[in-house]
Amino acid sequence: MARLVSLTTAFALFAPAAQAIEYGDFLADKSTLTFVSKQMGVPVDGRFRKFTAALSFDPAKPTAASARLELDLASIDAGSKDANDEVVGKAWFNLKTFPTASFVSTAVKPLGGDRYELAGKLTIKGKAQDIVAPMSFRQEGANGVFDGSFTLKRLDFAVGDGVWADVSTVANDVQVKFHLVSTPRK
Amino acid sequence: MAPLRYTQTAVALHWLMAILLVGLFSVGIYMHDLPLSPWKLKVYSWHKWAGVTAFLLLILRLAWRAGHRPPPLPAAMPHWQQAAAHGLHHLLYALMLAIPISGWLMSSAKGFQTVWFGVLPLPDLVDKNEALGDILKGVHMGLNFTLALLVIAHVGAAVKHHLVDRDDVLTRMLPFLAKKP
Repeated sequence: MARLVSLTTAFALFAPAAQAIEYGDFLADKSTLTFVSKQMGVPVDGRFRKFTAALSFDPAKPTAASARLELDLASIDAGSKDANDEVVGKAWFNLKTFPTASFVSTAVKPLGGDRYELAGKLTIKGKAQDIVAPMSFRQEGANGVFDGSFTLKRLDFAVGDGVWADVSTVANDVQVKFHLVSTPRK
Repeated sequence: MAPLRYTQTAVALHWLMAILLVGLFSVGIYMHDLPLSPWKLKVYSWHKWAGVTAFLLLILRLAWRAGHRPPPLPAAMPHWQQAAAHGLHHLLYALMLAIPISGWLMSSAKGFQTVWFGVLPLPDLVDKNEALGDILKGVHMGLNFTLALLVIAHVGAAVKHHLVDRDDVLTRMLPFLAKKP
């Protein structure tokens, strides 16, 4: 806030660009949502190809920020064809009943510098869990770029239950990484 | 002077490799079309770990072989048979080297790093690439069936030496079959 105040007082007349910019329009083709699962101790990369994000972030007022993501679970690449065929089934995501997963932010806390803490509710397979993800924000040209990651426990969402509940084969921890690119809202 | 017999170490390494290869081959045949399940992931991991072990065992055998000459083939063997025996042994070694490497590369190309016993990660020498993974799968399979045929020839020749030629080619590698002098 102090920075904003000094900017406004010193340059209000000459530097309209220093005014707060709100980032919102989400660039789907530049953003990625990836995850790392562990099978028999071996990290396996996966990602979701289709998801949308409604973002609202003003670096000057981070606590007012909000984010809402919706994932098309059918767009998953779990690392292999075998796995992709498997994860649509009842034991995993049960796509017929739950085609999408969502994340809705509840709070954004500045941690100093370009670091923030994003808290919100993640809903997969009808089960909602609170998650907290450290996140960074930086400006890249005209774009605003958010990078963050968090670790979820797949069994909290009943993802991979039944025979797959054995976490010695597929680990319970799944690391999720997001890279969201947005343009200033016009 | 070439020695008259194999060292006990050479005999032990030979049979250890034989057991590993028969096991690896059988498990490979069994697992390749299993439906995806935790069991399949386990069997694949075990197969990879055993394959890396076979590779290391091969290195150990080659190192031992470098310092310990094997006994010569029976002098009565025709020249062409001696040449065939040496050629076959070279091919067996070449395949024992190429097969685990093809499996390792296939695993990387298919996007699954090989982590020996879940502890020691082997570097991925190729990036994930589905088309390359399928090619390497064919290579791995082709090399294995070639090895299986050569092993049958290897075993057949050893049995022929024992039953037809009645020489010591089999018994020097299988000492308990040797007649007591």
